[in-house]
Amino acid sequence: MTTQATMPHPPAPQSGRDGFAQLVRAEWTKLRTVRGWVIGLVVTALVMAGLGLLTAVGGSSSCQSSGGGPARSGRACGPTLTVGPGGEPVTDSFYFVRQPLTGNGSLTVRVTSLTGRIPPANGNPPLNPNVSPDTRPGLVSWAKSGLILKESTRPGSAYAAIMVTADHGVRLQGNYTSDTAGQPGAVSAASPRWLRLTRSGDMITGYDSVDGTHWTQVGTVQLAGLSPTVQAGLFTASPAYQSISSNFGGGTSGSILPSQATAVFDHVSRSGRWPARTWSGDYIDAAGGSGVGGYHQAGGRFSVTGSGDIAPVIAGSDAGGPILTLSNLLVGTFAGLIGVLVIAAMFITAEYRRGLIRTTLAANPRRGRVLAAKALVIGSVTFVVGLIAATAAVTLGAQIARHKAYVFPATWTTELRMVVGTAALLAVAAVLALALGAVLRRSVAAVTIVVVAIVLPYILSVASVLPVGVLDWLLRITPAAAFAIQQAAPQYPQVTALYSPGTGYFPLAPWAGFAVLCAWAALASGLAVVLIRRRDA
Amino acid sequence: MSALKGRGTGLTQERGTSDEGRRCAEAGRGRWAGLRRGKETLHAEWTKLRTVTGPAWLLIATVAATVAISAAASAAVRCPSGIACPVDTAKLSLTGIQFGQAVVAILAVLVISGEYSTGMIRTTLTAMPHRVTVLGAKAAILSGLVLAAGGLAVLGSVLTGRFILPGHGFTAARGFPPLSLADGPVLRAAAGSVLYLALIALLSLGIATAVREPAVAIGIVLSLLYLAPIIAPLLNQHWERHVEQIAPTTAGLTIQATSGLRSLAISPWGGLGVLAAWAAAALLAGGLALRLRDA
Repeated sequence: MTTQATMPHPPAPQSGRDGFAQLVRAEWTKLRTVRGWVIGLVVTALVMAGLGLLTAVGGSSSCQSSGGGPARSGRACGPTLTVGPGGEPVTDSFYFVRQPLTGNGSLTVRVTSLTGRIPPANGNPPLNPNVSPDTRPGLVSWAKSGLILKESTRPGSAYAAIMVTADHGVRLQGNYTSDTAGQPGAVSAASPRWLRLTRSGDMITGYDSVDGTHWTQVGTVQLAGLSPTVQAGLFTASPAYQSISSNFGGGTSGSILPSQATAVFDHVSRSGRWPARTWSGDYIDAAGGSGVGGYHQAGGRFSVTGSGDIAPVIAGSDAGGPILTLSNLLVGTFAGLIGVLVIAAMFITAEYRRGLIRTTLAANPRRGRVLAAKALVIGSVTFVVGLIAATAAVTLGAQIARHKAYVFPATWTTELRMVVGTAALLAVAAVLALALGAVLRRSVAAVTIVVVAIVLPYILSVASVLPVGVLDWLLRITPAAAFAIQQAAPQYPQVTALYSPGTGYFPLAPWAGFAVLCAWAALASGLAVVLIRRRDA
Repeated sequence: MSALKGRGTGLTQERGTSDEGRRCAEAGRGRWAGLRRGKETLHAEWTKLRTVTGPAWLLIATVAATVAISAAASAAVRCPSGIACPVDTAKLSLTGIQFGQAVVAILAVLVISGEYSTGMIRTTLTAMPHRVTVLGAKAAILSGLVLAAGGLAVLGSVLTGRFILPGHGFTAARGFPPLSLADGPVLRAAAGSVLYLALIALLSLGIATAVREPAVAIGIVLSLLYLAPIIAPLLNQHWERHVEQIAPTTAGLTIQATSGLRSLAISPWGGLGVLAAWAAAALLAGGLALRLRDA
């Protein structure tokens, strides 16, 4: 065919990048000129952002009390929480046997036992929460006791502490979020632990030892701007006991009842300036624990009993009222996803239905490149749509929600990761639907498979039907893993809580979860390329 | 290839039906003629479904997926001794319905959208000008098939639950008698789940008739099925309750509850009634659209 003589315009470049660019342009024109698809994308973005705003307005953390614990202080509406030095909400409730320490100095002690009492395992929690149920001996996993050095007795103030725990050995913790492991193993009279906490300026160093002569440095905690005089001494805390909820997922929260722990200390020695000479005992923020606590001093031997915890608050837990996280505002992603998947699947199946695919493939015999161009176009378009909707939901939603509730703080990098990640999630899911559409050539099957694969594991995890272990695996291997990209609040290993998707926690790290979806999309795309090359159109 | 052959058979069948239909119309517009017309439309629709392989596979998939997921759910849950297990065993053993409903929705959408995408619908409506009867016949055949498949799926699910759960700590001694259809609430949950699947099929059929485009129809159906259970828990109690009372799946699936009935947002049969209202409204919309629109 010699078309050059009859065609006045220059011949179309057919190879290299230019050829692909033209292919992309052709596919973009196809997408742009179908009015239904454009309307569909706009509606998708509106619904996605709208559902986020709905959550902000009618969310579970709005002014109506959900029957949880009373808001402890402060604002008229919504829970007001103790806030730590980093700005994050914290629990700061423990029994403190203290003395002021001026300037640099150190405190050393030997711990010989850590025992406690926990609520009964079986049987329902008492209907009247004021009646304390029969307790039995036992310790919760993160019951802790040891040395603490704290800015002041105000809940939420800066601190560093070295402690023995029930199941996690010696730990050095500081400012609520940091946690470093020391010697492993439980403490007992036969196997005591020596602990030491040293202040040098803003730097607090923790040491541990099994015999009191050979010391190991566990780590350091930097407390910027620490006052010259701080409170230092012995402490005991014991987080709430959770009987059922760790076995079954989601909504049905089991009984969460206070527990208590008692530690026995001796060989207390101090260095530096300790002006008070005598010890005094205080319950810090008694409302956070069972309120049971106290200390007993006989000679050089101290026995300190306490309840509560010194730790970050977990989003979704009932810490004086529910807390809204930014991922709640992105709930519209599910609706957006369905809209995007429908359009992405139709982007290829409509060509099969109308027979246009034959024209497309005749014009571009390199079929893999046709699919690549389609994937690029639908991926980019859905990315932009998702980006706009997610930005609107997160920024506007947070504005609205902050007026009526406590919004879990997130750094700007987290916020950026959530918004961009949500857009990328939509884009990759769209490519997955496109690839499945090319494989199955039927839009209904393609859309349903992708929607069910992404949405059903999430629903099952929220609906609390399956145990947490099974759900964790579902959310590791199915495309639903990608929702990890929306996790707003960090997960703390040093806090026992129900980390489930229903409360905004996912088993995989954000980008690892996203990579699972990418792997599925890559697999489907590979299959689609192979099949579109082999099959008659 | 088999699909083509199937469609061919359907076509000849309809030609015959239309001839007879005309004869009936000539014979008079009696009640008898209407009844006969309905019967023949049913027969035509049954032939169309029977002679392509897709619906059969989807029905098999419904049964297999429902039973498999229910069995997996029952096998995954354990009740260790010494811990109170807040588990509704009947509901747990019917978990697969959550998945089976998606397969049923595909079948229902394809029953009508398949005709639109191949252009078959024009032939169908030329042969049987009484369009609402066509939709009625499709609904009747579809619900019959889904009731049969759903019955098998639910029976299989309850049986696997009955065999698996006692070995996992859910013993009669601890207040979990083995699942039995002789038990009133369990029978209600099981029979209700079968009805639930049929109603989901009718809801999907109605939407797909109104929308025509299969991908859009399945998108709407899946949104109705799966969005409410995700969004409701994030709302405050007042709104959450309302959403759970109104949405087709959250309301409809209350039929599976055999314990904690007081904390449900809506009573089991009331919930199924809400789903029935959804299905009726969708069929009405589909019927109106079919009647008023060009094919």
